[in-house]
Amino acid sequence: MWLLVEQLLNGLQLGFMLFLLSAGLTLVFGVMNLINLAHGSFYMVGAYVAATLSGAGMGYGVALLGALAAAGLCGLLVELIVLRHLYRRDHLDQVLATFGLILFFNEGVRMIWGRQPLFMQTPAWLGGSVELLPGVPYPLYRLAIIGIGLLVALGLYLLIARTRLGMRIRAGASDRQMIAALGVNIRWLYTLVFALGALMAGFAGVIAAPVFAVESGMGESILILTFVVIVIGGIGSVRGALLGALLVGLVDSLGRAYLPRLLGLLSDSEAANALAASLSSMSIYLLMALVLAIRPRGLFPA
Amino acid sequence: MLRGPSALRLRVLLGGGLLLLLVWPWISALFGGDYLVSVMTRVLIFAIAAISLDLIVGYGALVSFGHAAFLGLGAYVAAISAFHASEGLPLAFGFSGSESLLVNLPLAMAVAALVACVTGLICLRTQGIHFIMITLAFAQMLYYLFVSLDAYGGEDGLVLPARNSLPLLDTADDRQFYFLCLGLLLLYLYLAHRLVNSRFGRVLRGSRANETRMRALGYNTYGYRLAAYVIAATGAPLAGVLLASKTEFVDPGLFSWQLSGELLVMVILGGMGSLYGAVIGAAAFLLLEQWLAAWTEHWMFFLGPFLVLVVVRARHGLWGVLTGNGQ
Repeated sequence: MWLLVEQLLNGLQLGFMLFLLSAGLTLVFGVMNLINLAHGSFYMVGAYVAATLSGAGMGYGVALLGALAAAGLCGLLVELIVLRHLYRRDHLDQVLATFGLILFFNEGVRMIWGRQPLFMQTPAWLGGSVELLPGVPYPLYRLAIIGIGLLVALGLYLLIARTRLGMRIRAGASDRQMIAALGVNIRWLYTLVFALGALMAGFAGVIAAPVFAVESGMGESILILTFVVIVIGGIGSVRGALLGALLVGLVDSLGRAYLPRLLGLLSDSEAANALAASLSSMSIYLLMALVLAIRPRGLFPA
Repeated sequence: MLRGPSALRLRVLLGGGLLLLLVWPWISALFGGDYLVSVMTRVLIFAIAAISLDLIVGYGALVSFGHAAFLGLGAYVAAISAFHASEGLPLAFGFSGSESLLVNLPLAMAVAALVACVTGLICLRTQGIHFIMITLAFAQMLYYLFVSLDAYGGEDGLVLPARNSLPLLDTADDRQFYFLCLGLLLLYLYLAHRLVNSRFGRVLRGSRANETRMRALGYNTYGYRLAAYVIAATGAPLAGVLLASKTEFVDPGLFSWQLSGELLVMVILGGMGSLYGAVIGAAAFLLLEQWLAAWTEHWMFFLGPFLVLVVVRARHGLWGVLTGNGQ
């Protein structure tokens, strides 16, 4: 029972981190119709800058701001220099170009920081753990991730549903020619949305830095999960991204915790153990295949 | 389709390319030995895989992000079959494995076709980016499946006892193995060429251009797509079996999404929908990688922007640039 609570919280934590990444990615796809494989690179840049600043003795706030600035700036430059030329192009061209960007960023990071992974300390005031229930400690930092994720989701909802900028973003997603004709500078809108997505990815990177090792290529393993999330949720839908992210986070955490036990009940052989391990790694892909087989356009098609 | 100067240019390009490949072992002997033969063998093998991917990407607009899975399946079939034959362990259904290409090649293609049939039925219900992602999902599932197969090395992979053999040919000899790969590449290129120019190929292209119209004409576009998907999936294991034989080693990395991505890059870089483009793309990608890696440790830092430049500048890939159809 306590294990279940703990795993549920772990799932929520992974889910909200995935949401930070997938919200930006799904917005970029919905508004600009662009597949961006390099989205994970902003996550990586955020994590590296935060780990470096915090390693140099700066406070968590400074590290956070520095990382957000770096990730946002990278996003801005990538949009202005490369992706701007690709909006009207075939998805395949976008895949190839952003694949090139991944190589560039991964190697660039290796040139600056070397091949050794970095580690970042959890800020002191978020260290330690709290007792959720008597005898069930849970790390405070992980709880904070869930809280922050909730806040960002709420903020994003307000931004998109309640502000003028959000109105323009929604309008850009549904009819770009019309909104351009109404006098909105669509180019800057695109740049802004892209930078916003990069900013959120960088934020996810900062949050992830104390939990995972900060290393070159860290963006890709999570990028695949992010794509799974937005495909399950329905591409272009922020609501779908939230639901998909939580679903993927929960299925992954619960699968890893309970599948080996379930299979262990049936058979206790080594083969069953190995099968359980591979099944729990597969579980989110099974989930995605299942969702797409039943609803080919995801849960909330935009 | 190409007329005038373009047709001449095409012939010169193809003739020159073929000639270069035929005398390559002797050229490389001039420049310091077998290393270059090994590099080009790798190019030939990946060219086969890239052509098979181009069949669905270039002609059916089915962008598979999981094509490496079929390559990996082929490689593992060859490796597992050879492993059982050399250890004397029975495999299944009274079959005790084999180290012969004549057995392993058709077996690998049959296994891949079976997997493609099952996954294709589900994948082809989706379109566009959803298709990209669901093919990725199935490839990831196979990746984790083979990671968990401890009997065959799990994550560490499996070493082959020797290269798969063939009567009359010494596959352990690098030069003979090179010509085997070249022969299979030419054969596969010819078959693929026949396929895309057949009635089947035209229906496939037709459904890419205007599916509604093809349906109205009475074609079962879903069935044609599924057939194309399965056909393409039988090409990659050909490359997989050869690759396993070449390196005498397989590991789950062959199923990785990175490799699927690289195959896509080869197809797009070379120029999709031309088959020759896939060959050029595989050669350009792998040779550039080799050359840059010899020059600097940080070769990816330069390869990345090069790919971006090709996309932004050359719309139909390198093949488009070479044939003068670039714009």
